[in-house]
Amino acid sequence: MTSLLEVEDLVVRYLVPRGIVGTLARRPKRRVHAVEGVSFSLERGEMLALVGESGCGKTTTAHAILRLVDAEAGSIRLDGEQISRLSHGALRPLRRRMQIIYQDPYESLDPRFRVWRTVEEPLLIHGLGGSKEDRRLRVVTALERVGLTPPDLFLDRYPHELSGGQRQRVAIAAGLVLEPELLVADEPVSMLDVSVRAGVLVLLDRLRDGGLGVLMITHDLSTAAHFADRIAVMYLGRIVEEGPSREVVTNPQHPYTKALMSVVPKPDPRERSRAQILRGETPNPIDVPPGCRFHPRCPVAQDICSMEDPALRAAKQARSPEHVAACLFT
Amino acid sequence: MSDPVLSVADLNVWFDLPHGGTLHAVRGVSFSLAPGERFGLVGESGCGKTTSILALMGLLPPNATVSGTILLEGKDLLVGGESSIRPRRWVDVSMIFQGAMNALNPVKTVGSQIVEPMELHEIAQGADARTRAGELLELVGIPAARADRYPHEFSGGMRQRAAIAMALACEPKVLLADEPTTALDVMVQAQILDLLVSLTTELGLTLALVTHDLPVVAEVCERGAVMYAGEIVEMGTVDALYHSPRHPYTRLLFRAVPDLLGETEVVSIPGVPPRLDRSLEGCPFRPRCDRAFEPCGSVWPELRDVTGGHLAACHLNDPSYAEASS
Repeated sequence: MTSLLEVEDLVVRYLVPRGIVGTLARRPKRRVHAVEGVSFSLERGEMLALVGESGCGKTTTAHAILRLVDAEAGSIRLDGEQISRLSHGALRPLRRRMQIIYQDPYESLDPRFRVWRTVEEPLLIHGLGGSKEDRRLRVVTALERVGLTPPDLFLDRYPHELSGGQRQRVAIAAGLVLEPELLVADEPVSMLDVSVRAGVLVLLDRLRDGGLGVLMITHDLSTAAHFADRIAVMYLGRIVEEGPSREVVTNPQHPYTKALMSVVPKPDPRERSRAQILRGETPNPIDVPPGCRFHPRCPVAQDICSMEDPALRAAKQARSPEHVAACLFT
Repeated sequence: MSDPVLSVADLNVWFDLPHGGTLHAVRGVSFSLAPGERFGLVGESGCGKTTSILALMGLLPPNATVSGTILLEGKDLLVGGESSIRPRRWVDVSMIFQGAMNALNPVKTVGSQIVEPMELHEIAQGADARTRAGELLELVGIPAARADRYPHEFSGGMRQRAAIAMALACEPKVLLADEPTTALDVMVQAQILDLLVSLTTELGLTLALVTHDLPVVAEVCERGAVMYAGEIVEMGTVDALYHSPRHPYTRLLFRAVPDLLGETEVVSIPGVPPRLDRSLEGCPFRPRCDRAFEPCGSVWPELRDVTGGHLAACHLNDPSYAEASS
């Protein structure tokens, strides 16, 4: 059976505006190498977490999959069908099958729309759900699926009458009402209060039972470790480590993953981390370092690392064949 | 414990609402900080943690009414209103605001923004002040030569460091940090937290860290207070808060946070905090509490000492209710 989503060698680059002076002076065009050869797959009912710091390309990867930005190279297959080169017209019927929810439910919902209209709108746009009764049934079902019960209590409310967690649930319902196969969740809980985050994450987790594939984008390794089946760690436009969640966090192989793990604050004060704090910040993706892109900050880098660009391969000390890392020394 | 550098007693803050009515945002908050201590104030949004520390700085908006005492090295900050706070603000107690890294003036160099408070409070002038600004930047890990640069030439982490340097310009004794790492990446967060800890160990600075992020407090602070609906509901060493919480809210809050290597299930707390523009009866956490029993709906639980220095506001700790709760 084909995977729900297959991404191969995805490349996304943005042109940096040169400005009038730059253009007249014929300065060379410069590009942001946002995503440089990313490959992964997602099965039905699976949750994959793309983890990394800001600027590592995780959101760009998701936007390229949804064709919100155009990829320069690579292939994206949804249920076996090549979608990376489809025209926007041909893409339209496919959009229904891939939905995204964003970080901030305070910004992503229209403040003048009642819940009912927010969740119904995607149906109207895609011409689904024929009669008004049919649409109402679908809206109510979607609200029930996201735990806004009884739906009658919420249908006529405005976003300002809802809590942050409820708003995010409405946003999820507006995605689910189209019965998509793939849901991209871009930092779905980072704007929410600590006490309600778990509820939204458990909801995303349960939605997979119906076969929905979830691609979660997060900077929070702890969240990824708890809720995702697999974790892919990104650094500067590349996946540097990937594997089953527990494998990645209990047996990290790539030096970047190890460093990232060491600085995650632990709730138990007796487990204060012996943080391995990397100096500086992620380099600018306009000037990507040669060789391994992590070598300038890597605590175990050797001379060869500045010359050879390591590919993802099974790590020697991995306990699972699916656990891969891109480091010359693993 | 040596004499506290800062002690807050029965702090209350009310806001007049534009359409009438008042919102009682901070309800009888008391705590004190020993010199060089790192203290964490945690809670969900709207629990009054930021309002509390803005009150310490005398920076609340005009529609706020404040009562209580705030003693900074034994002298009351509130007694004379603005005139008693003003000479001590930034000089003795200073603050890093939430999103400070985005609040730098974009048209002035970073160095001149650090010089400004020094000149204003007559700590140093002219070349002296500029030299000190350079030293402060070095202290927070930015080369002094970068003082002539503008904020947009700095990365997010560096701007946050610059904001810390600015808060340290007048050599304060107490530094209040409101969500100092919230918008930062985890690696940069680690760098900034490391810096804050070293400032307390090396300069003897007292740190009050306000955040919704429990693990950050567990990582950085020695003691902490958990706030709910404008009150401190539990206070003690961070070790006691995590390992032997005496208020259900603290316990549930920790359970709602995923632990990187932990196996325990992550569970959210049902319900929402109460509205603070209405009067509350009984325990404010009762509707969300998994251990609520008979007195919780009618009797307000006072914050009491449960074991040497560990305080909690919950009837479960009250022996006279022991029978009813079991």
